[in-house]
Amino acid sequence: MKNLLTTEDLGRETLERLLDLSDEFVEVLDREIPKVPPLRGLTVATLFFEPSTRTRISFERAAKALSADVMSFSPGTSSLKKGESLKDTALTLRAMGADIMVVRHRAVGAPWRVAEWVDVPVVNGGDGAHQHPTQALLDALTIRRHFGKLDGLEIGIVGDIRHSRVARSDVYAFSTLGAKVTLIAPRTLLPRDLDGWPCTATGDLDDVIERLDVIYLLRVQTERGGATAFPSWPEYVSRFGLSRERFARLADGAVVMHPGPMNRGVEIAPEVADSDRALVLDQVRLGVAARMAVLFTLATGRGLTREVTA
Amino acid sequence: MTILIRGGHVMTPDGWEVLDVVVDGDVVAAVGQNLEAPQAEVVDAAGCWVGPGFVDLHVHLREPGHEWKEDIASGTAAAAAGGYTLVVAMPNTDPPIDSGHLARFVAERARLVGRCDVQPAGCITLGRAGEFLAHLDELWDAGVRIFTDDGDGVADAGLLRHAMEYLAERGGVVAQHPEDPGLARGGHMHEGSVSARLGMAGLPALAEELMVARDLALVRETGVRYHVQHVSTKGTVELVAQAKADGLAVTAEVTPHHLTFDHTRVETMDPDYKMYPPLRTAEDVAALREAVRDGTIDAIATDHAPHAAHEREVPFEEAPRGVIGLETAFAAALAALGADRDLLFQRMSVAPARISGADRHGRPVEPGIPANLVVVDPAARWTPQTFVSRAENSPWRGVELTGRAVATIQEGRLTHRDVVVG
Repeated sequence: MKNLLTTEDLGRETLERLLDLSDEFVEVLDREIPKVPPLRGLTVATLFFEPSTRTRISFERAAKALSADVMSFSPGTSSLKKGESLKDTALTLRAMGADIMVVRHRAVGAPWRVAEWVDVPVVNGGDGAHQHPTQALLDALTIRRHFGKLDGLEIGIVGDIRHSRVARSDVYAFSTLGAKVTLIAPRTLLPRDLDGWPCTATGDLDDVIERLDVIYLLRVQTERGGATAFPSWPEYVSRFGLSRERFARLADGAVVMHPGPMNRGVEIAPEVADSDRALVLDQVRLGVAARMAVLFTLATGRGLTREVTA
Repeated sequence: MTILIRGGHVMTPDGWEVLDVVVDGDVVAAVGQNLEAPQAEVVDAAGCWVGPGFVDLHVHLREPGHEWKEDIASGTAAAAAGGYTLVVAMPNTDPPIDSGHLARFVAERARLVGRCDVQPAGCITLGRAGEFLAHLDELWDAGVRIFTDDGDGVADAGLLRHAMEYLAERGGVVAQHPEDPGLARGGHMHEGSVSARLGMAGLPALAEELMVARDLALVRETGVRYHVQHVSTKGTVELVAQAKADGLAVTAEVTPHHLTFDHTRVETMDPDYKMYPPLRTAEDVAALREAVRDGTIDAIATDHAPHAAHEREVPFEEAPRGVIGLETAFAAALAALGADRDLLFQRMSVAPARISGADRHGRPVEPGIPANLVVVDPAARWTPQTFVSRAENSPWRGVELTGRAVATIQEGRLTHRDVVVG
């Protein structure tokens, strides 16, 4: 693996190897001193052109747990406002010694462009509404640790699929690992063309809710135009919100997931968010281990690590 | 200056024949066999096609206002290198060409520094703002024959109807960049399977077709000459075919890139595949090629849209739209349509000259015509790496092509002469 840009082309073997490695790093993070040395002397740069705190902190925590140094670039403190091109920014960070770059950008494909320009591994930290592969990895990790496997599980992804990079990444990762994925949204929030997607779609949550093992909720991305896709918030909530009543209809053992940030009272009722069947904080916790696995794998692949010990 | 074009296949009023052509001053002096012209500049045209210089109805020369991308000197030099003797310059400059003195500026600059004839196009609306009519009479008097707000469609049907009524009296051409702004809002590529997977907002085919359908209803009422710019969808082809069958004065153009590539190219994330209208489906590409062959589409026009390299060093969605095309158009058309020299010269010279009203261009080669000629080698293989244009945003950069202009003659002047290797 040269870069991690998308889940679309990740084979089952690659995904499972990353998940196995993530499991080992979960164990590392549970130690008294949650730190190992393989990336000592290396610098991980986070280039977050889109404001985001949780993903950046998660990557930085992962890098530090592997003993890497961290350089952090974000728009508030950058030369972007001075008109610098993406290429110049990437080359500048590389010249300062970045050995691995994590790129988040509101425009689709930005990490692909950066990967063309720099000679170090690039991780897609989320590009527009396209891909967010480490989120898919941590989601798969969370599900696998809970259920033991993804094979045969029914996973429903509910909400603003059209504008969601999480959905686009999860669909491929989950189905490659053997799960059956259903997208659940009003037609105005589904992608216009699902030709070739390894999943099915429906506009009727109540029709499918009882057979789901995992219900994965997404926020409506008002900043990307999601809110013009339905008449009013109460109407959206009444059809697609995971209310207490709907929560009660979930199968025994079914779990609730959400990539955050949650809008309580919209896609998820507050009581549901706080229930012990909501794995939201597990996702966040396991995200650090999953990102450690990605950084470690990329560094190893380019012969950058000092010693191959997890 | 005297030029002897020796031994090419010449497009005469009676068909193609292997002949010599002598250019003397700004006219074709003689066409025949074994012609002599002492002290003439000799162009060896063995195996080449000799015909009227290409005419491009759709070029962005970027002057005034965007000279870091291109200017009239560099853009017309690129045109000459591509075999063009006349280009129509789009008016979306800064300031936009919405009044007489601005059109005169473009024409005058072209006379001073240009390597081909330039006919300025004028705006339909003042400042391309879509609110009031541009100074249509002034523009007409300055030589403008094609009116367009290219870059945007004129969305206001009432305003467009006024422009059509006004220009119908003059015989001017309303050229539309058809794109319904509501349907197109926020889009970066063709709306379809690829945009859905990439998570990019799409430009639906319907955005183009809806505006063309509306415009054709207005054309039916006003009787204006109407030209559809850069047709990109099968649905638009069908609308234009019907309008022509109904006897409306409608013409249409297509770009080399829409005849060549489909929307799957955007998967590369390379801004050299970003253009408006966007690359559509393979089915659309096939329909466009067929429409060029059957005459539904009259002209091949490049929509040559130069941008500086640094402007493209950004993500696809943030890149400016458009690609250059003047230097590669002939090769691209040849690849898309086959070596049908009648068809190629019809669509690249004769028809666009007629649409622009330029009677000094697009004429079969015979003694007495203005010397606006091109010599193209349909077998020349080459790979564009650098360009005469100031810009390099071409989807054909680094791609091996077949066919190129060997020599271009504008008003008797040798404006392009291919460097012969070996």
